[in-house]
Amino acid sequence: MMSNMKTMFDLNKIDSQGGRVEIANDVTQPAAVNALEVRNLNFFYGAFQGLKNINLDIEQGKVTAFIGPSGCGKSTLLRTLNRMYDLYPGQRAEGEINFYGQNILEPGQDLNLLRSRIGMVFQKPTPFPMSIYENIAFGVRLYERLSRSEMDERVEWALNKAALWNEAKDKLNQSGLSLSGGQQQRLCIARGVAVRPSVILLDEPTSALDPISTGKIEELIHELKNEYTIAIVTHNMQQAARVSDYTAYMYLGSLIEYGKTDEIFIKPKRKETEDYITGRFG
Amino acid sequence: MISSKNINPEVFARRKRINKIGLTLSMGAMALGMIFLLWILSVLFIKGFGAIDLNLFIHSTPAPGSEGGGLANAIVGSLMLIGCCTLISTPVGVLAGLYLSEYGDRSRVASVTRFVTDIMLSAPSIVIGLFVYALVVAQVRHFSGWAGTIALALIAIPVVVRTTENMLRLVPGSLREAAYALGTPKWKVAFMITLRAAQSGVMTGILLSLARVSGETAPLLFTALNNQFFSTNMNAPMANLPVVIFQFAMSPYDNWVDLAWGGALLITFAVLGLNILARVVFREKVQG
Repeated sequence: MMSNMKTMFDLNKIDSQGGRVEIANDVTQPAAVNALEVRNLNFFYGAFQGLKNINLDIEQGKVTAFIGPSGCGKSTLLRTLNRMYDLYPGQRAEGEINFYGQNILEPGQDLNLLRSRIGMVFQKPTPFPMSIYENIAFGVRLYERLSRSEMDERVEWALNKAALWNEAKDKLNQSGLSLSGGQQQRLCIARGVAVRPSVILLDEPTSALDPISTGKIEELIHELKNEYTIAIVTHNMQQAARVSDYTAYMYLGSLIEYGKTDEIFIKPKRKETEDYITGRFG
Repeated sequence: MISSKNINPEVFARRKRINKIGLTLSMGAMALGMIFLLWILSVLFIKGFGAIDLNLFIHSTPAPGSEGGGLANAIVGSLMLIGCCTLISTPVGVLAGLYLSEYGDRSRVASVTRFVTDIMLSAPSIVIGLFVYALVVAQVRHFSGWAGTIALALIAIPVVVRTTENMLRLVPGSLREAAYALGTPKWKVAFMITLRAAQSGVMTGILLSLARVSGETAPLLFTALNNQFFSTNMNAPMANLPVVIFQFAMSPYDNWVDLAWGGALLITFAVLGLNILARVVFREKVQG
């Protein structure tokens, strides 16, 4: 199974950076490249400080997991990475978030363009009120002009990426809402993948799903990570251990510990982290 | 028998008694409402059903003293007035509702708009009739179909605005966020995602606003007035069911009074049909 997946990666190696944002040229070098670098990030909900001086790097082509108890700021951190918070007045971020060298917190950013480069999948499945095909074509049409056959190909490619093609290929014209919860979530992933972002943010993508759907989505994360950089927020520590390469443990808006997932789970440096992952706290 | 040590039989019996009283009172209130509704409907049916025949749809309203006649001019007039009203009230109402929910939100302009809309919702329709009379009829110096259309639209717009806004607010924020997360510009999120998700609710609002205006008499008295002859000229006075009913029901001629009953039954059926249609449209949405 694993070796099978490995070959699939190579076969499907499609440019994940064929993008519209200026990207440094050294992405092909073997040395680790950071897709996102967070520097001295502070975040405020009005007067309340949600994030306190966060510093962390998100490596390209890896899965980075954010864990921590409810209200620790892990979703907030994820939502600063595509500036989702900008939709709400009173929320603001200070510091730097460098996306391939460009600070996305600077004023004057085209947020729509940014969000097309850094996609996001949410906790609850959110299919658009249109057909399965249109759900995927909608995002693609925002930035690309494709012929009918190219679009067909792209839809098939994206559904394949999300392991949904076999289940959906005979009902592409049916409403996205006609799918089961797990299928809807994979449709949302396919929709995000279809616009070919370089980073995909997953905000507790399996917390509303049953174990079988969860397993499928975790498998998917494994498959996607060679082409996309993935950041995932999860409440489920086993999930973080299974899917991620790096793990960040957060508590009360601060980043307590950040490192390779194996090290965090097997030999955490901080007492707080150990207490949380062993279930003594949280 | 289920029994437990900690249940006090007196408390339990008292609770059951109060439950019975509450149930009786609410059943009584429902029965009172139903009795009058059924009474009105049965009288309408008995008196109106005899008047409904083919002639009603073929002939126009009769001249005083002449026999027979129908309501063809009034039916067509009503359809035209309501049709034109829909063409005005739907875009204005839906766009205003979209503004309130998606753009204005808590801004000052939005709260003022909401306040004015609420006043308009409860404004007596005769006031709106007088307003259009002063604004249009008095200026051009004759009654007209357009004036009637404007009066009806002013009544329908607030209904559409409020239902549209409420239906858009029911669309979960997560759906909007998901659209923004793909890099969708705001106007596309509003029109192609949110409005589409609320589609059937908005349709229901439009249908209910039509049901509301199709029985309005007062605003038409001052604007479209009435026309004894068949006319599709929107610049001239136009026959319509409510005003014909109003005038014929109080007339001394038996055939006129019969026609008024027939017209009343027609309007009732139309409103009933619109309400049923609205429910069907809305249910389809809920079932996905």
